[in-house]
Amino acid sequence: MVRTLYGSRIRSQATFRTSFLADLLGQLLVVSTEFLELWVILTQVSTLGGMTLTQVAVVYGLGALAFGIGDILFGEIDGLSTQIKSGKLETLLIRPVPVLLQISSLDLSLRRIGRIVVGLAMYVTALVLAGFQPTAATLLLAVLAPLAGALLFGALFTVAGALQFWLVDGREFANAFTYGGNYVATTPGAVFALPLRAFFTFVIPATLIAYAPTLTLLELPGPALIPAWAGWLGLPAAIVAWLLAGLLWRAGIRRYTGAGG
Amino acid sequence: MPTYWTIAAAAFRQYSTYRLATVAGVFTNSVFGLIRASILFAAITTAGGELSGYTIAQAATYVWLGQALLAPIEAFGTREVSQRVHQGDVAIDLLRPTSFLGLYYAQKLGRAAFLLLGRGVPPLLIGALLTGLALPEDPLSYLLGALSLLLAITVAFLTDMLVNLTAFWLLETRGLTVVYTAVMNLLSGFLIPIVWFPDWLLSIARATPFPSMIQTPIDTLSGRVPPLEALPLLGTQLGWTAVLTAAALLMLHAGVRSVEVQGG
Repeated sequence: MVRTLYGSRIRSQATFRTSFLADLLGQLLVVSTEFLELWVILTQVSTLGGMTLTQVAVVYGLGALAFGIGDILFGEIDGLSTQIKSGKLETLLIRPVPVLLQISSLDLSLRRIGRIVVGLAMYVTALVLAGFQPTAATLLLAVLAPLAGALLFGALFTVAGALQFWLVDGREFANAFTYGGNYVATTPGAVFALPLRAFFTFVIPATLIAYAPTLTLLELPGPALIPAWAGWLGLPAAIVAWLLAGLLWRAGIRRYTGAGG
Repeated sequence: MPTYWTIAAAAFRQYSTYRLATVAGVFTNSVFGLIRASILFAAITTAGGELSGYTIAQAATYVWLGQALLAPIEAFGTREVSQRVHQGDVAIDLLRPTSFLGLYYAQKLGRAAFLLLGRGVPPLLIGALLTGLALPEDPLSYLLGALSLLLAITVAFLTDMLVNLTAFWLLETRGLTVVYTAVMNLLSGFLIPIVWFPDWLLSIARATPFPSMIQTPIDTLSGRVPPLEALPLLGTQLGWTAVLTAAALLMLHAGVRSVEVQGG
């Protein structure tokens, strides 16, 4: 069923080649301008948060890759409040397929693949340039990190969506943690003052997505609160986050009463 | 004139209805402000306390004014006009006794007035509490700053209108809006001050209307650029207003000739 749902969406979008290519190019440009921000700063100073340009590029590439995968699969949950308001959610609720799976596959937009492509290219290139010495363990982490990060972003998107059952007009609250989480994840964590760093490590574990794994992969010493071995914490954090997200989502669905006939 | 005033007032009231959305917006805006400030502070500290004319206090002012301007400028672009073109509703707008651009400009000003008060001022206050702000010494900076802000909103309105008006020829403007937003965020000096750019990027930025939307009002309001030096910047804003108004009128004229509205 999962294959049928996603497959049909992918086929339908692949039909419009020109539109898809234009969207893809747009995405590439968007991601590049985002990285330009960090790049411009690093033309002015030699290190940012103790990291050189190539090391920052590893963090950015890994963060972008993880967010890209999370966004393509779960990004649309962010628009749940529109479906609640318009009453479209009822249609989804009466179908014999989990709502989360429907929303995830329904609006799967392939154009978001641009971020994944740029992120992956940057991650691999920057890792090589930064002198990554693969061992069996670090190689495993290098592959695991983007997937754990994608899971974490997916959980964040699901929490953000679930909260909209309570805060219909307040969907922007959640942006602080989904898109804000992406912003933090693609930045060297050492730049944040302690309270902010603690919040984005223990409450919203954004620094565990890309910054901490990069420290482990490149054998760099971590700042206070984020030791180098924290790079392995991404997956456990993702599992905890998904447990919470699942509970919150179920509570949200139960609370939903519909908006009329 | 009274007509446009009524339209602006209605737009102000329309936006002031969504209180929870406003609180949510302020919260998110402030979190992003904190993240941005952290990055700039780290860079300035590494550079030894000052980076291309920015101290910590000035960088804080720059970030929080930028966050305050984000909503009234509508830096993420609007899609109303392009959607009305696609759906054919634009025909109704063209039949109205008000001018097309005047109608949307009045709405924009009403909306911007609310967004400035409701979504702009609170992050600025939060920023003042959390990181402190460097305020201008010359009272004239406030006056010129207010003027620069109005011009910035006008320039942003006009470029956004140009993007929307491409809907007369393009079937899908979403991609263009996404690209426009990304380029605007960078070249306007919203993400980082444009004086930090390498020369080639600075030349590109200065050749576009984008710095007139964010960098100029921030520099004028914060007093980082003293009043006398701010005057040429305001002149540039005025110049772009004139050029972009002409461009928007031309595009509208051409678009109206090519448009075909179906149905009755």
